Amino acid sequence: MSRLVETFARLHRDAQPGLVTYTTAGDPDLPRSGQILRALDRAGADVLEVGVPWTDPLADGPVIQRATERALAAGGSLRHTLALVRSIRADVRAPIVIFSYVNPIARMGEAAFARAAGEAGVDGVLVLDLLVEEAASFREMLADVGVDTIFLLSPTTTDARMARAGRLGSGFLYCISRLGVTGARDDVSADASALVRRIRAHTDLPIALGFGLSRPEQVAEVGTFADAAVVGSALVSRIAEASSSPRLEDDVAAYVRGLKRACETARVR
Amino acid sequence: MTNGTSGAIRTGRRDPDARGYFGEFGGRYVPETLVEPIEALERAYVAARDDERFQAELQRLLSQYVGRPTPVYEARRLTSMLGGARIFLKREDLTHTGAHKINNALGQALLAVRMGKRRIVAETGAGQHGVATATACALLGLTCHVYMGAEDMDRQALNVFRMRLLGAEVIRVDAGSRTLKDAINEAMRDWVTHVHDTYYLLGSALGPHPYPLMVREFQSVIGREARQQIAQLAGRLPDAVVACVGGGSNAIGIFDAFIDDPSVRLVGVEAGGERITKGRHAARFAGGSTGILQGTRTFVLQDEDGNIEVTHSVSAGLDYAAVGPEHAWLRAIGRAEYAYATDAEAVDAFQALARLEGILPALESAHAIAYLTTFARELGPDAIVLVNLSGRGDKDVHTMAKQLAAQGVTLGAGLGVP
Repeated sequence: MSRLVETFARLHRDAQPGLVTYTTAGDPDLPRSGQILRALDRAGADVLEVGVPWTDPLADGPVIQRATERALAAGGSLRHTLALVRSIRADVRAPIVIFSYVNPIARMGEAAFARAAGEAGVDGVLVLDLLVEEAASFREMLADVGVDTIFLLSPTTTDARMARAGRLGSGFLYCISRLGVTGARDDVSADASALVRRIRAHTDLPIALGFGLSRPEQVAEVGTFADAAVVGSALVSRIAEASSSPRLEDDVAAYVRGLKRACETARVR
Repeated sequence: MTNGTSGAIRTGRRDPDARGYFGEFGGRYVPETLVEPIEALERAYVAARDDERFQAELQRLLSQYVGRPTPVYEARRLTSMLGGARIFLKREDLTHTGAHKINNALGQALLAVRMGKRRIVAETGAGQHGVATATACALLGLTCHVYMGAEDMDRQALNVFRMRLLGAEVIRVDAGSRTLKDAINEAMRDWVTHVHDTYYLLGSALGPHPYPLMVREFQSVIGREARQQIAQLAGRLPDAVVACVGGGSNAIGIFDAFIDDPSVRLVGVEAGGERITKGRHAARFAGGSTGILQGTRTFVLQDEDGNIEVTHSVSAGLDYAAVGPEHAWLRAIGRAEYAYATDAEAVDAFQALARLEGILPALESAHAIAYLTTFARELGPDAIVLVNLSGRGDKDVHTMAKQLAAQGVTLGAGLGVP
């Protein structure tokens, strides 16, 4: 059983929604990026998404664009992201999901990437601009090394494509809560719960909802209808604010503990 | 090759396959939210392509509004100076708004109206696509938002002002290299946020399927006209067709009519910039490799980690890290060949065409002219070469003033150059 499957099974047993965190590998630099991931794990994050810095993140809003620029300036890359995962794998409990655009993976070669991801201890891979239609051979390469392929679904996804993603995906499905790019918003999209219900009609995979979440009450609200909430830009903003401070890990951990407490008080469905 | 998705495609002769590939190039690599809007666009485009009323309306605008057909002109003094093949210029610079971009902008704007989308977003590099889109939007009563890199806004200030006069909002993009690539990223971010009411009017033969096909088809009027015109003027087909290649829409537009004429060499000229070294040029076929950028698999300037390299060209319209996927395919199958001209060669060609023929070419088009310096002689005096003069150079006078000033030449025009 994959670490992602185990994690969502545990959350399900406890009737609690999970907390998925996103950080960019190499932001603010590679050593501190590793320390942040360890701190997130200790603070209770259930899944760690690790973003691969790339020059042209067209699905991301300004906060993650800036993180990407910092990470690239610090020498970040797909190879360094895999090395980072390998270096922390033994220390963290949470499953680790690589979150990337397709070009760095295509450049390395899908097969070479799958091997390297398996060896590094990656648990899942999510490629923002690799559609389920283009991912048939890639997901098999990943499955061969025990790595889950996570697909994204959005408010514009048709039922037929939801069903396809449900069949071909594993670990969990990532539900984009609203139109647009990544970035914190004031409220949870009013259509998000209906969207999650629509996806559930096609699959038994756990569903993590992301895009726009930043506050404990939002996470708690999402926890009433989804299996997990993803917090990205808001966490990345805190890293940016505290990056020159010795309290970086403490600040990040305190924020995530607050989000995790909100999950523990929420009840799935 | 198989036909597109609906089976309703008119000829399908050289259409990409059902997933949008020309051979191994092309496809659709986009964020999930854009999949359904792009499929809707593909359906609407395929239906419009087969709709005689749509085509008739486009034809009416091309003839009455754009000024088509544009002439083919034999450049006798340039021919004489270069001492080689007879040179014929396809005068896309004489279209309304001054570049070939209007052919595609009008076609797609009509498609947007047909789809019920009243809000248009576009990117622009040199500003010619932005001006063409702003023009089409003014004509059709659509709102227009143009994303433009900060560097391009500075070097193409005239076009920024033209767009604003036409009622468009021009939005400055300060991300990344602050040029065309970053403007496309930002336009796609806008589209993904406003998919329900917004049409993304992409300006070159780039991006996810069906854009490369659709843009080629809207630009193929260039080659259809030119093939007839040169046959009338010269009594035969040309030996070569030459065009500059940024994304490659003017080139694919003129190549398209000659693809099935094996005697006609098709030559694309990329931007060699200062020299072919990392970060100082935009010649994808000289320094690039297969990659995926902005929705399509094609030749890309990238480093070993897949990060996109900074590009440079004196011409904003060629200053881009990827090339249209059909060009990558035409090169792979040996049907087209690609060369480059440097900044300095383009600047020289700009001046040569001005003084010999009384034509100020766009700096983009000047790259195609520059390539003739060697190529016309290589072809020899019995040969005929057809060049796509894709745009006019008014927008580039400030850049030219700077370039010439750097060579110690000032023409005293008060363009703010020391």
